[in-house]
Order: sequence, then structure tokens, then C-alpha cells
Amino acid sequence: MASATKQLTYRRYTSIEFLLGTGLTGTICLLVLFSDLLFPGAGKIDLSARLLPPFITMSHPFGTDPLGRDVLARVVAGGKISLMVGLLSVAGAVVIGVIMGLISGYYRGFWDMIVMRFADVQLALPFILLAITFIAIVGGGLRNMILLLIISQWVQYARLVRGSVLALRDREFIQSAQAIGVGDLNILFRHLLPNLIGPVIVLMTLNVANNILLESSLTFLGLGVDPLTPSWGGMLADGRTYLQNAWWVSFFPGLAILLTVLGLNLLGDWLRDSLDPTGRTSK
Amino acid sequence: MAGFLLRRLFQAIFVVLVVTLVVAFAIRLTGDPALMLTQGAGSVTEEDLARIREALGLNQPFFVQYGNFLLGILHLDFGRSFLGGTPVAMLIGKALPATLMLAFASMLVSIAISIPLGIKAAISRGKWPDQTIRILSLVGLSFPNFWLAIMLVLLFSIFLRWLPPSGMEGFTSFIMPATTIGVILTAYNVRLVRASMLETMQFQYIMVARAKGLSENVVLYKHALRNCAIPLITYFGLQFGGLLGGIVVIERVFNWPGLGTLALDAVAGRDYPVLQGVITVLSMLIVGVNLLVDIAYGLIDPRIRMEGRD
Repeated sequence: MASATKQLTYRRYTSIEFLLGTGLTGTICLLVLFSDLLFPGAGKIDLSARLLPPFITMSHPFGTDPLGRDVLARVVAGGKISLMVGLLSVAGAVVIGVIMGLISGYYRGFWDMIVMRFADVQLALPFILLAITFIAIVGGGLRNMILLLIISQWVQYARLVRGSVLALRDREFIQSAQAIGVGDLNILFRHLLPNLIGPVIVLMTLNVANNILLESSLTFLGLGVDPLTPSWGGMLADGRTYLQNAWWVSFFPGLAILLTVLGLNLLGDWLRDSLDPTGRTSK
Repeated sequence: MAGFLLRRLFQAIFVVLVVTLVVAFAIRLTGDPALMLTQGAGSVTEEDLARIREALGLNQPFFVQYGNFLLGILHLDFGRSFLGGTPVAMLIGKALPATLMLAFASMLVSIAISIPLGIKAAISRGKWPDQTIRILSLVGLSFPNFWLAIMLVLLFSIFLRWLPPSGMEGFTSFIMPATTIGVILTAYNVRLVRASMLETMQFQYIMVARAKGLSENVVLYKHALRNCAIPLITYFGLQFGGLLGGIVVIERVFNWPGLGTLALDAVAGRDYPVLQGVITVLSMLIVGVNLLVDIAYGLIDPRIRMEGRD
């Protein structure tokens, strides 16, 4: 990782991917973090101000929804759910996937076979179908959705890590560590892990973006977060009913998803190019 | 070659078996279908429940039931819907063509856009058209597909009144759903086309073609594109699974009478035989397409067969 970081030259920090990516992601994270301070009355219902169009009053720049709530404040509040789902699900999947990948790549054998067959099955199933079945059975909600994302994604990290371990395990630095009697745990986490973490970080960034999209799709379908909690997918589903006369109710939450995911994707893309010396030809 | 085919076939069957087993088991966990069937039916005695269980074969051990389900699939019998008692196979038979037609239309849209754009990006590598296409493809990847669909409805059905907002009636109803899915697929495909073209254009036969004085279009479209067609077709084939997943969401926005709508309605109505049937058919379809792509690729490129061996 250390040598990889050194490869990041000045030019890379001024690339459009990096500037736009950090700009978008940073702004959205700050807005969401301080949403309670910025918009104290986010959920306030005001039936006298129903469906106000955007850009007309200063107090409601994005207009109001059918219950007179400020759309801007709700969009910012909805970001909390999306970012939370994105970050927690990726954190869970990384922990499980990296440990499984290290073990199955380093020890091979029976455990390796189980993990890889499991991966085959999961990769053959499109996520949305898995999600529909899972949620039809255990029900929706925030916790179940994070769980579902972890279950369906740890395999990606396990495969990635396993592949790198297979390439690294016979290298001299590992053999010499084994020869001087370094314990297995030490080899796995202090010698192997730092050398393969780069691509894992790239995958994590892209998956936070991806999971925000998945969460909002599921919530939009009515399979995700509780409809009473403000979330981008839920607001879009509500807004659809008013599309004829109040486009802004569904326009702004979608724009928020787009910008957040775009910011993360730009960062992920930039990270991939920065960590990969042959970056320009990668897909 | 026969060994390679057999091994891939067994892997495919294994995947479908595991998927159906997990789904069957999970659905069994949700509770007694006899109780679900009689929900809201007024006074139901214990004997009534017993009779329903007997009729549905629910009193048999789980693995006998699962075996019967598998045997049923061989006769295209997926059981009957809890709601109305229509055979599940009939419901799927009606919905499957709608989903497949939409999938192919979206593929066409995506291929028609991504090949010229990908080639343009590859030949102007590092310059502004390449950068623009690269950023645009990232924007495409970041689009929530259902939001894009809603915005298209807003523009073309509500403001301009050019296209029907929902349903499947005639050619015009295909335009918006196929564009929505096609645009997002294109975001992936442009990068694939660009990468394969860059790889192909390093070969000496491209240099020879140019040295012969052929026009640039002939070099690009006849010599280079044809040579990267095989990996591209493979990628497009492997996308099929993800494509079907995306279609589920888009079908809901456009009220498309396909498998996605069928599955979501089944979830809402707790109609488990329909849900089980749809998931089985979809996973068979995806595994089947992946298998065909693998076999085709193995036939064309012998190195793939060797790789599969360890």
C-alpha cells in the first residue's frame, strides 16, 4: 500500500475524476452529517404549503411535498439512510469476505472448495431476485436489507482476496516469514493482507455506490426501508403518484442518488487507475 | 471437448439445484401454506387444514416435496397459484415473452450506441473525446434506472405526450423501457468495446491493413471490430443475468406484463408457488445462457478449455 500511495503523482490529484469525485462525495457527506443543524424542522408537516413548486420561495428552494414538507430538507435527511446502508453493508461484507478469502487462499483444500462453490451459486443469481425472495420471506426493513447486502456481496471480496493470496503465497517474503517461524495469523494479517488491500479498497468504494443504488431500488419497489423513514427510494416511490402535477417531488431525490453514486464511482475509478500502474488500459 | 462440456453442464445443473433447494427451503420456513391459503376464509377447522395439506402434499417430508417439485419441473408443472389456482406454468408462459422481448430490445439499443462510442473512445485514447465518453459512461453507471425511467415518462408522456407511459402495446411502448435499460447497459459496454478495441489495434494485421492504404473506416470496422467481436459477444451474453435483474425494477415503473411484475405481485400477495416458479425459470435461463456462452467460447478458443481444468 505504501509504495502504491507513492505512485500517486501530482497530476493524478488534479485529474477531473479526483476533483469531481471528492467534491461531490465530500459535499454530500458534510450535508448529511450536519443535516440536523442545517435543517432543524426536516419532517415538519405544513398543510398550508402543500406542493409548492421549487425555486419560488427561499424557505423551500426545492419545493414542498404533498404534506407540505420541505423537499430539500427531506432529501438531505434521506441521505442518512442511504449512506448508512452503503457503508455498513460494505463494512460487513469486507470483514467476512477478506477473512474467508485469506483462509481459503492460504489453506486451500476442503474449505476453499466450499467457499468457491458457494460463490458460483451466488454469482449465477441476479441480486434483485435474491433480494425479492429474501425479503418476501424475512420481511424488509433497514437491518434486513444491510444483512442481505452483506450475504450477497462478501463473496466478491473472498474471490478477490483468494486470487491475490494464491499469487502471493509462494513468494519469497512469505516463505521466509514461514521459515523463521512466524505464526499463521501473523502471516495472514501482517504479511499478506497489506499486500492485497489496494484492489479491495477499490471494490469497496464502487460497492458503496452500488449498494446505495440497490437500497434505493428495493425501497422504491416497497421491499426496503420502512416507508415512514425518509429515504431517497421511498421519496421517489411517493413522488411518482404526483408526477403529473409535481415533478419536483421525485426529481430531487433521484438527482441526489445520481450525484452521490457518481461521486463515489469517480473516486473508485480514480483509485483503480492510481493503484494500477497499467491503469489506462483496464476496463 | 466432451469432458469440458460435461463438466460445465454438471456445474450448471448443480447451480440450478442449489438455487431451487434454497428457495424451496426458505419458503417452507415462512410458515404453513395451508394457513396462508385459508387466511380470511372465515371459520377453518383443523380437519380442513389437514385436508388442504393432504391435497397439496404438504404432509410429506420436505425432501419428498422438493423431489416432487423437481419432477414437476420436468413436465413444466410448477404447481398452482395460491390466488385463483391458475397453473404457474401458464402465468410464466404469458410473462416470459414480454420480459425476453424487452431484454433483446434493450440489448439492441445498447449495442447500437456502445460500439460506435467505444470505437471513438479507443481511437482518440487519452484525448478529449475519450475523456468525455469515459465520464459519460460513469454518469450512466451512476443512474438509478427507475429514476431515469420516471424522468423519461415525465418528459415524453406527460410534457410532450409522445409515448405511452405504461403497458405493452405496439412498438412505441418499447421505446422508453428499452432506452432506460439500454442506456445503463451502454455505460458498461462502452468500456468493454474501448478496452477490446485498444487490445486488437495493437496487432500487426492492423498495421498491415493501414500500410495497404485501406481507409480508416475499413480498418476499424472490418478488420479491428470483427476481431474483437468474439470477446464482446461473450461479455454481452454474460450480461444477461444482470440485465434480467434490472428489468424487474423497470417493469414495475412501466407496468410491463413480464416476469418482474409477476414476481413482485407474488411477493405482495404471498403467492409462493408463483414466486418459486419465476425464480426457478429465471435462474435456469441465466445459467443456461451462461452455459451456452461458455461452450461457444470454449469451441472458438481452446485456451479456455485448458484453464477450466485446474
